Amino acid sequence: MTDSSDNRKMSGRRRFLLVTTSVAGAVAGVGIATPFVRSMMPSERAKAAGAPVEVDIGKLEPGMLLTVEWRGRVVWVLKRTPEMLQNLEKLNAQLADPDSKREQQPDYAQNPVRSIKPEVLVVEGVCTHLGCSPVYRKDIAPADLGADWLGGFFCPCHGSKFDLAGRVYKAVPAPTNLVVPPHTYLSDSRLLIGSESKESA
Amino acid sequence: MSKQKKSLLEWIDERFPLTATWKAHLSEYYAPKNFNFWYYFGSLALLVLVNQLLTGIFLTMNYKPDAGMAFASVEYIMRDVDFGWLIRYMHSTGASMFFVVVYLHMFRGMMYGSYRKPRELLWLIGMAIFFVLMSLAFTGYILPWGQMSYWGAQVIVSMFGAIPFIGDTLSNWILGDFMLSDAALNRFFAYHVVTLPVLIVVLVFVHIIALHEVGSNNPDGIEIKANKDPKTGIPVDGIPFHPYYTVKDIFGVIGFLIVFCGIIFFAPEMGGYFLEDNNFIPANTLQTPDHIAPVWYFTPYYSMLRAVTVNFLWIDAKLWGVILMAAAVVIFCFLPWLDRSPVKSIRYKGPYFKTALTLFVISFFVLGWLGTQAPTPLYTLLAQIFTVIYFAFFLLMPWYSKIDKTKPEPKNVTK
Amino acid sequence: MRTMKILLFIALLVPFAAHSGGSDLVLDKAPIDTSDHASLQRGAKSFVEYCLTCHGASFMRYNRHRDIGMNEDDIRSQLIHTGQKTGGLMESAMKKKEAEEWFGVVPPDLSVIARARGADWLYTYLRTFYRDSTTYSGWNNLTFDKVAMPHVLHQLQGQQVLKAEQKSGSTGSAMSNLEIAVPGLMTKAEYDSFVADLVNYMVYLGEPHAAHRKELGTMVILFLIGMLGLTYLLYKEYWRDIH
Repeated sequence: MTDSSDNRKMSGRRRFLLVTTSVAGAVAGVGIATPFVRSMMPSERAKAAGAPVEVDIGKLEPGMLLTVEWRGRVVWVLKRTPEMLQNLEKLNAQLADPDSKREQQPDYAQNPVRSIKPEVLVVEGVCTHLGCSPVYRKDIAPADLGADWLGGFFCPCHGSKFDLAGRVYKAVPAPTNLVVPPHTYLSDSRLLIGSESKESA
Repeated sequence: MSKQKKSLLEWIDERFPLTATWKAHLSEYYAPKNFNFWYYFGSLALLVLVNQLLTGIFLTMNYKPDAGMAFASVEYIMRDVDFGWLIRYMHSTGASMFFVVVYLHMFRGMMYGSYRKPRELLWLIGMAIFFVLMSLAFTGYILPWGQMSYWGAQVIVSMFGAIPFIGDTLSNWILGDFMLSDAALNRFFAYHVVTLPVLIVVLVFVHIIALHEVGSNNPDGIEIKANKDPKTGIPVDGIPFHPYYTVKDIFGVIGFLIVFCGIIFFAPEMGGYFLEDNNFIPANTLQTPDHIAPVWYFTPYYSMLRAVTVNFLWIDAKLWGVILMAAAVVIFCFLPWLDRSPVKSIRYKGPYFKTALTLFVISFFVLGWLGTQAPTPLYTLLAQIFTVIYFAFFLLMPWYSKIDKTKPEPKNVTK
Repeated sequence: MRTMKILLFIALLVPFAAHSGGSDLVLDKAPIDTSDHASLQRGAKSFVEYCLTCHGASFMRYNRHRDIGMNEDDIRSQLIHTGQKTGGLMESAMKKKEAEEWFGVVPPDLSVIARARGADWLYTYLRTFYRDSTTYSGWNNLTFDKVAMPHVLHQLQGQQVLKAEQKSGSTGSAMSNLEIAVPGLMTKAEYDSFVADLVNYMVYLGEPHAAHRKELGTMVILFLIGMLGLTYLLYKEYWRDIH
């Protein structure tokens, strides 16, 4: 049997206990949710598979493109010729973000050539439009790309164009420059893709 | 309550009986006010069910039901998945605790006569839940594909082979192969994560609906609905489930969680009873472990299976063992009609029933312990004796419950 | 009612009193302390050197050893001899097919062997090899009769033989039935301590998260005890209404 007058009245003590228990219950709820949410993050296996990749670029000839896989994505290592580097500047007017102001690269690659060493470009070969892999077109002024093409990457899916620093052209579907992944040099010819610290090789 | 909120509630109530459901099942569901310790286990069973469903979903995200990959995928969960070990232990401990809670819940019903009229159907639905739970436990135990998973399942499935005429065909049909293999693992996985969970959730829902139709029993075994306040029509001994039993059950839940977490964090194998040593060895189809014991919750029945050593009539011992084992589980269903006592609760029952129930509990535990041991002639004899006691509790009940000396039931519930 | 509660209590104790192995061999107690990082690191190095050539521990990643106080460089220089990455799995150098030809069986993966066999069994097993000319490998083991594995550590332990006079019954350590015939590089005490480190490591290897588990568990239980108090007060507060 309940005493209805007591029942309806919420005493201060009761309210206090109710609030305290609810807060503790909310803490418990967050505590329980944490392991479940965290279990859905990349596992140790995924992390190991996505570990930084070491590449030997000693034998890379100027003008050659090396394709490397890192975390299931295509990463290009392009050794640019002096001519290619000179051409970069000429394109600035046609590009959407010539100075790489948007954060598509680590700080150390935020420069006119978008790389640590000017001649070596490291960039993800994933179009920033819808994820296709563009094609490396180093030929100058081919018929299909027009007379002012000075070499670059062309995405066959939707026609986006990038220059040889991975910078996107104006008026193409892709909104931003190609992504420069974290990378560092272990030595002159040994490049580490996927990490900025020499430790995790 | 703000005006906007109120109108939202009204909007819903015109379309869905939200307030009415809340009232019927919580705030105006009147439960007897004298529930004791034993009445925690219903809500705890629900808690463990939720735990199993939730952790099960997350395990499914990483488990591979493939004979070549299953064992490794479990260790992958234990090591490579962030907090995977916790989720796995919650699930494996939850499986055992499900049985602890359900056995205690059933025992409560047996003590206080909760299976008696008008709760026969409620009891039967509960038994159906118990059967599904056993199937869930069996199919789930196969999944890690360790030695015990494999050979335990082998033993259970060969029991179907004991059925005359169709046995062999039936076991081949169950396995989808001529032996326990990848095909069986894959289909048991399907039962474990889809069929059986859906069934158990539906049955639990029906169980609660049936309970709220007839009303809860109580330690005095008297019907509180027989004694209503003439003005309000509310049982004199009833109190609203919410908030009184919700706050009480929350307290019970926390108490249970302390035990539950104690096991998960400090003894996840529970001395080899919750996770068996041999199950850390990948299934080897060519080599049986020295000693096979099912997980503890099946051992009482396993003992009975092994206890039958003689052929009788035209049926051989193996089949008798299987029949006896099945009967030991199914016989609970007949309790409502076996009990002829004029009173429901053990509080008012006489010495015969109390003795019988005590012997039954002892035989359940002794059989359970024997089931974990390698059989010896002495143990087999003990298993036979206690199997007889186990069945005598049920089969003699119509007699001893009738002639027992009972005490008169009170009119109101007592503290 | 009270009898029921007592019964229940007794019944709950039964399983703990009753757990027994079944084998009549008396196992030596392994001195396990998985919080001893120095011992675990010694064990890890021995494991990599002596076990990993034939056995895999293929559920374990090298970089996990940061748990026991090793950094990337330690792991690379002390544990990895195969040029693998630190994120790689500790797989055996031996091919399964070759192993089957050599030993008749594929050496089992050791990742969770300590959970299957128990520390005491491993500790006894690794110390009870003896010379037996009747077996294929020339070795036998008191703990695991006719085991396919030869005594890989015999250069350290020396070669044991069965004592001429066998002690009957199963009292005392299995070791008491063996004596050293050809001494090894280590004394008995040194070898025991070497095996203890190795087994300690294998216990860690079986459940690398165990230390984290217990730490987290302590926090969870303490929190729950606090909540138990709160919910008890709340329950009693509401139930003051009930007469």
